Amino acid sequence: MDIKKLTVSSSPHFHSKNSVRRAMLWVLAALTPAALFAVYYYGAYVLVLLLAGIVTAVACEALILMLRKKPVSGALDGSAAVTGLLLALNVPAGAPWWLVVIGSFLAIGIGKQVFGGIGHNPFNPALAARAILVVSWPARMTDWVGPGLVSAATPLAQYRAGNVVPSYLDLFFGFRPGSLGEMSVFLLLVGGLTLIFLKIIDWKIPVSFVGTVALLTWVLPREGQTAFFAGDPLFHVLSGGLILGAFFMATDWTTSPITKRGRIVMGVGAGIITAIIRLYGGLPEGVTFAILIMNACTPLIDRFTLGKSFGSARGAS
Amino acid sequence: MNGSKVFWRGIFGENPIFRLLLGMCPALAVSIAANQGLGMGLAATAVLVASNILISLLRSVIPDKIRIPCFIVVIATFVTMVDLIMAAFVPALHEVLGIFIPLIVVNCIILQRAEAFASKNGVWRSTLDGLGMGAGFTLALVLVSSIREIFGSGTLFGLDIFWFWQSFEPMRIMVSPPGAFIVLGLLIGLINFLSVRKA
Repeated sequence: MDIKKLTVSSSPHFHSKNSVRRAMLWVLAALTPAALFAVYYYGAYVLVLLLAGIVTAVACEALILMLRKKPVSGALDGSAAVTGLLLALNVPAGAPWWLVVIGSFLAIGIGKQVFGGIGHNPFNPALAARAILVVSWPARMTDWVGPGLVSAATPLAQYRAGNVVPSYLDLFFGFRPGSLGEMSVFLLLVGGLTLIFLKIIDWKIPVSFVGTVALLTWVLPREGQTAFFAGDPLFHVLSGGLILGAFFMATDWTTSPITKRGRIVMGVGAGIITAIIRLYGGLPEGVTFAILIMNACTPLIDRFTLGKSFGSARGAS
Repeated sequence: MNGSKVFWRGIFGENPIFRLLLGMCPALAVSIAANQGLGMGLAATAVLVASNILISLLRSVIPDKIRIPCFIVVIATFVTMVDLIMAAFVPALHEVLGIFIPLIVVNCIILQRAEAFASKNGVWRSTLDGLGMGAGFTLALVLVSSIREIFGSGTLFGLDIFWFWQSFEPMRIMVSPPGAFIVLGLLIGLINFLSVRKA
């Protein structure tokens, strides 16, 4: 007789079918349209970058799990693949393949496994690696190109220089230079809204993040100007990595707050930092650093937004 | 503890950088190139050995209640001497290390060895302790700064070591402050891993 079937474990006895693997496969699926758009727009070389990111991340995760004497099957739970894909989506199309390979390696090695693997990393691994790449090879990470890999400036850089920027429609559908995954706002929204519908990500962070950026870029004058309420919020929302960051990276389960109020705080905070960097900072784009800074604040936000347990004394914390 | 043990534990068992986590400031700030690490390490070692000897000699004279100011006076004297000597004989290195040479005065390793060892032990053992701790500090600094120089500049002690690989693009973060934290953290992790496995 199979004794296992007769042993009664403690509750809960019903489990939903949710798992890390299922969620990560959905995230991969949600990112695929935007990734394929980059392949279509720039050419087949982009496919090499994307695959290099994913393969390196999974291989690196398996290797480190083996060294740590943990089950190597953990490398196939999809989280490493998502990290690798996100890293590849965060480089410009002019990037060499080794940049993606090193980035993926750093994301898994220094961004994630050093802290104890899945669920323990304080920073979004893909963004941490991207920050390292930006500091290490600044010229490579700003090698923006158009179709056919001809040099071109991003809309945010054009905007900053006071040049003509692409139309809203071009920005919305992604016909403009940029990092591989940030271009097509339309396809990113399709993927992001799917994840929200499936309750894999919470709407609070992306909505408060994008809303704050829109509000601030509308209200505040950019550097060198004085008129308030004269900004171009639609342009700011549609350009740069805002949609990619707000839907797919700020919502990372491990590095975002768990409380409802905390998630709003995270989104608003990231939005404020992004808007300030874009309007007054030394860089055209600030989504990466905004999310990383809010990642660092996440434990603090969780601590201060925890609800009071029912029945505790008034004023006691 | 016999004399050789006093010396060797400064390099392995109680390495100031990797095991005691003392002297982090120079280890992070002046470890961009291997020659800086070596210069800093040797300067600190000279001060450490000299101050250990003098404090050990004076240990029965120094009143217990004001021992820290007394230690600082002794250390500051030797740091001033090292500073002037370096300015005279190795001006280029002195220029690069800059403010970090006067800051050896507040190097925790030197004060900690004075407090924890030299003020309680004889001259010979204090000398060995200073030499061991200084050697451990210098080796750690050379290790950290070599790794940072190789990856961050593609050179080692100023020599181009990637001459066979012209397309090598240095990883600039290694010569900036975050790179110091990453390298030091990974080295401490590696050394902890090795010592745990050995035990």
